[in-house]
Amino acid sequence: MDIVKADVAIVGAGGAGLRAAIAAAELNPDLNVALISKVYPMRSHTVAAEGGAAGVVRDDDSLDNHFVDTVAGGDWLCEQDVVEYFVEHTTKELYQLEHWGCPWSRKPDGRINVRPFGGMKVPRTWFAADKTGFHMLHTLFQTSIKYPSIKRYDEHFVLDLLVEDNQVKGVITLDLQNGVTRLIKAKSVIIATGGSNRCYRFNTNGGIVTGDGMALAYRHGVPLRDMEFVQYHPTGLPGCGVLMTEGCRGEGGVLTNKDGYRYLQDYGLGPETPLGHPKSKYMELGPRDRVSQAFWQEQKKGRTIKTHLGDVVNLDLRHLGADYLHERLPFICELAKAYVGVDPVDAPVPVRPTVHYTMGGIETDGKTATKLHGLYAAGECASVGIHGANRLGSNSLVETVVFGRVAGEEAAKFAMENEFGSDDVLEKQAENSLNKALSIIDGKRNESVADIRNEMGDAMEEGIGIYRDEESIKATIEKLTALKERYKNIKVTDSSTIFNTDWLTAIELGFLLGNAEAMAYSALNRKESRGSHQRLDYVERNDEQFLKHSLATYNPDGAPSISYSSVKITKSQPAKRVYGKAAEDAEQAKKAALAANK
Amino acid sequence: MADKMKITVLRYRPEQDEQPWTQSFEVEYTHEMSLLEALNVIKDTQAPELSFRWSCRMAICGSCGMMVNGTPKLACKTFLRDYAGQEMLIEPLANFPIERDLVVDLSDFIEKLERIKPYIIPKEDVPYPGERREYIQTPKQLEKYRQFSMCINCGICYAACPQYKLNKEFIGPAALTLLYRYNEDSRDGGKAERMKLVNQDSGVWSCTFVGYCSQVCPKGVDPASAIQLGKVESAKDYLISMFKKEQ
Repeated sequence: MDIVKADVAIVGAGGAGLRAAIAAAELNPDLNVALISKVYPMRSHTVAAEGGAAGVVRDDDSLDNHFVDTVAGGDWLCEQDVVEYFVEHTTKELYQLEHWGCPWSRKPDGRINVRPFGGMKVPRTWFAADKTGFHMLHTLFQTSIKYPSIKRYDEHFVLDLLVEDNQVKGVITLDLQNGVTRLIKAKSVIIATGGSNRCYRFNTNGGIVTGDGMALAYRHGVPLRDMEFVQYHPTGLPGCGVLMTEGCRGEGGVLTNKDGYRYLQDYGLGPETPLGHPKSKYMELGPRDRVSQAFWQEQKKGRTIKTHLGDVVNLDLRHLGADYLHERLPFICELAKAYVGVDPVDAPVPVRPTVHYTMGGIETDGKTATKLHGLYAAGECASVGIHGANRLGSNSLVETVVFGRVAGEEAAKFAMENEFGSDDVLEKQAENSLNKALSIIDGKRNESVADIRNEMGDAMEEGIGIYRDEESIKATIEKLTALKERYKNIKVTDSSTIFNTDWLTAIELGFLLGNAEAMAYSALNRKESRGSHQRLDYVERNDEQFLKHSLATYNPDGAPSISYSSVKITKSQPAKRVYGKAAEDAEQAKKAALAANK
Repeated sequence: MADKMKITVLRYRPEQDEQPWTQSFEVEYTHEMSLLEALNVIKDTQAPELSFRWSCRMAICGSCGMMVNGTPKLACKTFLRDYAGQEMLIEPLANFPIERDLVVDLSDFIEKLERIKPYIIPKEDVPYPGERREYIQTPKQLEKYRQFSMCINCGICYAACPQYKLNKEFIGPAALTLLYRYNEDSRDGGKAERMKLVNQDSGVWSCTFVGYCSQVCPKGVDPASAIQLGKVESAKDYLISMFKKEQ
């Protein structure tokens, strides 16, 4: 076993991990920063984000607007003090990326341009055409090269956290390229490993998005918070699930059903807006949960379009014209042509909702610290409290840099005040973890990794989809319990230490199964409908009982235990969540009431 | 009835195999099926030990470069339908050492990306705009480097490059493109530092302008053009240095 030391170890090198590494390096250049990832940093799934990143920049916008949109968008399950911090720091971080070379799309005068996005009152989504995540990730990766104190451990898979006296003291990794086990001792550890959407069969995510970091923290007693809130993005390509950015609708694209009717007007998002004139918080610029739910309703009514790849609706961009599409949405044009054979210039693109984002994650405080001393989490793997029950598009890309920076600075400060763990304790733990991980290699067993993974994905879609109820969730739980049993008999024949993906996918599957259970039990116990968690048997939001975060705590012998924690309310009291004209009416009424009180 | 494709894959397991060998599979495919999906079907149902890199499935993460009937391509953007009536031979990316099966050792390429200082080096004559302000960059200025910032680091251009095949010192298409991207960015002041690398034997002058890199680039980045433009800059540098010596 190779043993190395770093002051701060960061697991995951996407947007949040890279930003954390740079922040730690800038705070104190004398600290050694280990940046560990199971892939090369530019493969991280941040790369696939298309539409943009939110930051208030226009004169007609305000931090308060962004706050209100985010909190209402999250159906009041947000930590409001954290949202306040978030909206105050987004723009600064996006300018920082600009200074580092991010090729943001510009206005003719050379200033930053912004586009409208769903659930956002004023356009505030910074974009780099429709490859925003790609450009942010490459900018961060390339900038990170400048800092000599950041040492990368590319293609290193983290098998476990090492903990001594209730404090994290490092990680045990496998160097996939060289087949070397490497213990990385650290004074603090940041988890930045992204979401867990591969729990579902049909999703926009890359194969690597298996919730590894969530599973690691969870197994060490850190709760996973609000895991029942899984975002369905309304517009994925049928079959493969590849994402068609919300930017399509931000730029004026419309959704139509089999009759060519813009059906969103029937679901509290109308009245219909004129073609080519998108209006903030109306119709196609509604929030993702509502737009995905509308698809489900249309499907029930038989108004979606049947194709050999399943039911779809049409995303119509034709009226935007070839030139505009090629300038603003070139990647969308490329993807639609490649994966469904449709050129958006000439024909509407078939789309359907697909799992996209894990709103919940590792419970942290507003400064990214978890309950385990020395352990921090940032980005999609974390639940820092800004997304609540439904994330607004373009809030997560900027979350990676806002809270990635916080995590980097906090972990660096922690490292400066703490010591390394003791060699013998950590080595023994590392050996145990390694042996446990390797023990699944047994060609005599007979359960296939692929079968269990697919059955899990189908069960999650089936029971904990856009709408769920007690019966469907219980059926999924039953299935997951059975799959966990079958997992004990999983067949891994490959005993190579070099790039052993047979074994690696089996380990990832184990992580996914645990995370899926956290989602399922959290969903079962939340007997209300809020944001992306829509219960057919409890159709109303129930603030009295459930204006609370769910906390799933790992139990090695069975089901997770579910408890609750309070939600921080500062300046926005829970109200009816409305969009379209209903929202304008509500705002008028509020203003009138205020005026009357004066 | 679904069509069938014979896919032959190059295998190499460093701990077991003296040299690479091939293994053939038959896969039923639909109109939409990509090579990546086919490989995953093979892995799930026939050869769980087959290793290859992949993630996004949408031609943006750059993981799944491999040789398809001798041409370097992204597996996720290669479709079986385009090979109907033929067979497919899948090999690891050429010009890189094989690590295992279809996984190659990219460390030389990654080191070159790092070497060319791919980050903004602030310009002395452009004042820092402050924390809450951007450097002004017009769409025209953006256009000068935009295309060259689209590289996904898949390594396909290195697999296509006859010069890199002969001379591993050559910085190569993607890294030189990235270098040019930063040199042309109106916010950057690091050109002089980077031109030292461009002017070296391992820089742009190693390229003989075959242009195959641009043909195979899955993102239309056109590294050959970046390198030719780099040659122009390098020639200017040379003339200027001659002139300076005379003074």
